[in-house]
Order: sequence, then structure tokens, then C-alpha cells
Amino acid sequence: MRHTLAVLVENNPGVLARVAGLFSRRGYNIDSLAVGRTENPAVSRMTIVVEGDDRVLEQVTKQLHKLIDVIKINDVTVDEYVDRELVLIKVSADSGQRGEIMQIADIFRARIVDLGRRTITLECTGNDGKINAFEESLRPYGIKELVRTGKIAMLRGNRFTNLNTNGNREDEQ
Amino acid sequence: MVKKSGAQILVDTLQEQGVDTIFGFPGGSVLPIYDALYDADIRHILTRHEQGAAHAADGYARASGRPGVCLATSGPGATNLVTGIANAYMDSVPLVAFTGQVTTGLLGRDSFQEADITGITMPVTKHNYIVKDTRELAGVIREAFYIATTGRPGPVLVDIPKDVASNEIEYQDPGPVNLPGYHPQPVPPAEQLNRAAAAILRSERPVIYAGGGVVSSGAHRELRQLAEMLLAPVATTLMGLGSFPGDHPLSLGMPGMHGSKYANYAFCECDLLIAVGVRFDDRVTGKIDCFAPRAKILHIDIDPAEIGKNVRVDIPLVGDVRQVLAALIERLEAKLPGAWQEKIDTWKKEYPVTYEENGHLKPQQVIREIYRVTGGQARITTEVGQHQMWAAHYYTYTRPRSFISSGGLGTMGYGFPAAIGVQVACPGETVFDIAGDGSIQMNIQELATAVNYELPVNVAIMNNGFLGMVRQWQELFYNRRYAYTELVNPDFVRLAEAYGAAGRRVTTAREVAPALEEAVAAQKPVMLDFVIEREENVLPFVPPGESLDHML
Repeated sequence: MRHTLAVLVENNPGVLARVAGLFSRRGYNIDSLAVGRTENPAVSRMTIVVEGDDRVLEQVTKQLHKLIDVIKINDVTVDEYVDRELVLIKVSADSGQRGEIMQIADIFRARIVDLGRRTITLECTGNDGKINAFEESLRPYGIKELVRTGKIAMLRGNRFTNLNTNGNREDEQ
Repeated sequence: MVKKSGAQILVDTLQEQGVDTIFGFPGGSVLPIYDALYDADIRHILTRHEQGAAHAADGYARASGRPGVCLATSGPGATNLVTGIANAYMDSVPLVAFTGQVTTGLLGRDSFQEADITGITMPVTKHNYIVKDTRELAGVIREAFYIATTGRPGPVLVDIPKDVASNEIEYQDPGPVNLPGYHPQPVPPAEQLNRAAAAILRSERPVIYAGGGVVSSGAHRELRQLAEMLLAPVATTLMGLGSFPGDHPLSLGMPGMHGSKYANYAFCECDLLIAVGVRFDDRVTGKIDCFAPRAKILHIDIDPAEIGKNVRVDIPLVGDVRQVLAALIERLEAKLPGAWQEKIDTWKKEYPVTYEENGHLKPQQVIREIYRVTGGQARITTEVGQHQMWAAHYYTYTRPRSFISSGGLGTMGYGFPAAIGVQVACPGETVFDIAGDGSIQMNIQELATAVNYELPVNVAIMNNGFLGMVRQWQELFYNRRYAYTELVNPDFVRLAEAYGAAGRRVTTAREVAPALEEAVAAQKPVMLDFVIEREENVLPFVPPGESLDHML
């Protein structure tokens, strides 16, 4: 099963190497990894999608906790959450195909961000399933280049994964 | 405000942390640090190789319970520490390693004697730092000692570029350590302790499996109290030897691949395994699917990641071993002896750990004699191999921190520099490095250190002219094809003498005791070359991949 971990880390140099090194030497598989700063500049948030059964996930979480720079870990998958990923896709498109591609973009609420003589570059955000479907729809036109950001995720409603809250269950007012 | 150089800040912070000894080796990028050390009230032991410095600091830490400190220059100095750091990491030894580094302006340019030592040691340190600003140095050093010595102990490395050490700043105290991501949990919740106590009281055939965590948390008294209360036999791992008196009627000796038969049978037959400060190493468990098949497993450890890492655990108790044991004892009551205790005693009588005498000098005999001559009061270090297992079986350890050996990493060349560190930590005590003729040559240059500082370390080489443990495996699993395991050795006696130490060769059983007595009496380093039976094997032996009840 796939789990999405929200990992808060101290914004220190080398922290990404520590996390990546841990996954590789212990033989855990990362499906995707996205890192960026949070509302607190001293803290970064990594969203790690990891594949594994409960035992693997427990070990991943505990081993991550052993890293001094890791402050807090939440498995958002055990709760209600929203997740998003952004993709940029450059497809071959001569003038005759542009209309069709723009229709597909419309359906997926994607945006055209660049237009070349023989290519269109599209931007789309959504969850895994939507991004995959979008990619499949464009494949017949010839995907020249594709880049995904990796997933980011957040708990729904009045629940938080930041430093000042204690786990998922924030008191609902 | 006071103006201080980084090097001065380092020295002052070390003293604030109570550091009295550093094991090190100077070089270009640590010149400012050495210059500050020259006037400091800290003893510096100059080893002859940086690996020796790391192992000596490790031995010092294991013997004293205080963090060991080593220091090396950038590049090769730093990389030479790596084996010692990895060794301390595997055995959870509190060690703080300082390395010099090229100046910040030269970082990342493949400069002379530059090595990315924080990158290199990331997987073998509990944490590491490169300090790029002198103002951060004092805070980092405090954190380093705090991390190394609390929770599950381990090595921390601090890399200091030369300019960070030589720059002068207006010194400001960094205040107490504040690490938002680091909070070792000292005691588990009460209901979990109650569950554990109930399981213990219900069990009819309990066995205690005690390891290095008992030693590092200082829980030997509590362990003994628990065992005597429950009349539970205690198996101590290689790392746990001495945490329970080896001469106690409840002692099972060591379990595992080279464990006693009765310890292994007890593991196979028990209904509750009380695992205390251990990590279920493959050398202990044998075939993991067949490990303790009839038992519920109760696991006490300070490191949550150890719970369920290798075996299924029924009742985890995360916390400091000493505090957890004390809390458990409060919840328990004494038990009466029964069939289980009888069964254990029968096994102990039926399958004693023993060897055959045949007129040749036997290593087991030599080690028994070291025990006798030192009254069981010596601090023993070992290298890695057959002699290490014989030292584990045939010397009886009755107090913690008296057996000091490379368990997890299995580092040949550990024992001698470690013995130097032990002797520095315990002046006036008798220290023996029980060695093999292969292992001793991996750090034999430290003879110069022992002589230099008049450290009366004794080395007892079990010389069989082989890399004996590898030869044993070749004999048993590779059709006696002794591929590159036979050694052509130097004359160890003359070698010792060339270094200014004493040397003596022993070839017969009746010379053993006088040679040992003379060595212990001599207040100088002594190297004893015991020429032993060449193809003696370590027994019992659970072949790799077999379950614990399949012993040779």
C-alpha cells in the first residue's frame, strides 16, 4: 500500500541527503518526494510517498524519527486529506492538432503555458489519478517531455500537520 | 565581551563538557586546534594512526561510561577515523569525533586533503555537523555531546574548517541545547508496564536476553534483581557480557551462533523472552523464522526503531533500560523454583561449554589462566575472530564494562587501541587485549603509543598461524580449501622489544601461568605470543542460516 508522509524537518543543509540516504541504505522505496519551506522559515516540509506494508511503514517512520533534523512525521493517508501534484507536459502539435489538444486541456482544467511552432506545453494540477489520465490522453500526440513535481498533501478541515499542533486530531471548535 | 578563536572555544567547551582526554593525530588543517590544546588542561594521547585514536576513544568510553573524544586532520586523517566511528555506531558507544577541514573558501574544490567527511560518515554517525561559522561552534559542540550521550548513545562527528578554528570572535554563550526533533523517551506509559508485568507473572518458562543496553544504562543491579526475583535464567550477548555475573547460578552465558547450548535451548523452549537492551542481531537469532518459537517476546529498548525491526515483538517497552526494569520490579513478586529451573540445570550439566585437552597448548586453557591470574578482575578487550569467542566463553565476567569487544561491526584491529583507551580510563587496573595473530597486526603500530605513555597494557596473542575464524569456515563449508588464510608472521617477541615493550613466547601449558604472572607484575606493555593448536575450532557453532537448536 502507498502512504503519504508529511515530514517536518529543520531547514539545515544536508537534511535532504540524510533522508535520501536513509531510504536507500535501508532499502525503502520512495515513489515521490517533494520538499519546500513552510510558513516557518526554519522548517521545511517533505512530502514523501512510500510504498510498503504496515511493517515497512512503521520502520520507515521510526528510522526517520531517529534523524535529529526530523521534527515531526504524519501519515496523512490514515485521515481525510487533499493531495496535489503539478505536471508540465510538452507535446508535439502541428497547427491541425492544436484544437484537439486544447479541448483535452479544457476537460482537465489544464493551462497552456507555452506554444512553439511544433509543440504545446501544458500545466496541470491534480491528484495522482487525474495527472495519469491527463498524461494518457496526451500520449497519442507524442509526449516530448514530461516533468512532475511529486505529491504534496494536507489534512482536510480543522486538522493540521504543523509544528504547534499535536498530531492529526486538532480540537474541532 | 571576550574575544576568542574557534580553537579556544573548542578547548573551553570540551572542558565545560568534562573532557579530560583526547586521542588524536595532528595535521595541517587542525594546527590551530593543536596550538590551543598545547596550553589546555586536557591530556592528549598521540596514537600512531587515526584509526587507533578512534578505537582508543571508543575503549575509553566503554570502560568509563563517559564520552570518548578523538581528533584528526582533514582528508586522510578524517577518513582513517571512519572504521572507528562505524564501529562505535554499531555498538552504540558515545563518541565525539572532531575533524579538521580545509578552509571554508576551499570547500568543494577538491582542495589538498579535502574529504567530504560529513557526507562519508552520514550513515555511521548518530548525527554530524560541519561548522561554517565560528559563532556556531560552541552550540554545536554542546549539541554533539548531548546527542552522543543521551538516548541510545552513538558517535557524533564535528567537522571544523581551519579558518573557523582560527577566526576570532566576540564570544557569546549559546545557551542550553534546544533540539526540537530529539526527545528520547525515558519511561513507557504505565499501562504498558502493567501489561508487561502481567505477562511476566503469567509465564512459566521465562528467559532474560540481556545486551549492551544494560551496560550503557547502568542497569546491572536491576537486571540481577529481576532475574533473582523471577528465577529467570539470563543469557548475555557479546555486548552484554558482565552485565550479569557470569558465575551466577542463573547465568546462561552467551546465546547465538557461538553461544552455549543451554542458552540456545532455553531460547527455543521458553514461553516468554524478556529482551533487555538488545537488537536481535542475526548472530544471536540464527534462522529468524525459528527464533524463540514458543515465546511471547517482551522487548525493552531506548530506541523505538529497534522494536519489531528483526523479530515480531508482543510487548514493547520503549525507555531507558534501568528505569524500565525498576518500574517493572515494583510491579512483580518473587517466584518459586519449578520444573523450568530444573530443566535449565539439567541442560547446563549435560552440555557444558568445554574443550578437549590433548597435550597441545589450547587457547581456552590460556584464557582460563588469564582469568585465574587476574582474579577475574581484569578489563579484557578483544580483536575479532576465534580468540574473541574463546575470550567470551572462558573468561568469566562478573561486572559491567569489563569485557570490551567489537560486536556489531566486527572490526579486526579494534582490541589493542581500545585496550590503550581502557588503560587511560582505568589507570592502575590490569588490562588485557586478547588477540589473534591476524588481528593484532591491523593496529600493531599502537605499541609505540603504549610505550610512549607508559601504559602497561598486556597483549595475549592466540597465535595459530591462521586467520582462524575464516579458516574454520573454510574447513566446515569450503572443503578445507584454506584460501589465503595461512599467515607468515613476524617474530612478535622481537617486534615488541623493538618498540620498547616486553615480549615473551609461550609454547607449553606449564609456561602459561608464570608468563602471565610476570606480565601482570611488569609495569610496562607486554606482548605474549601464545603458540596454540593450529586448527582448534570454536564450538558450539550454529551454522549460518540454521535455527539455534542445530548446533555443531
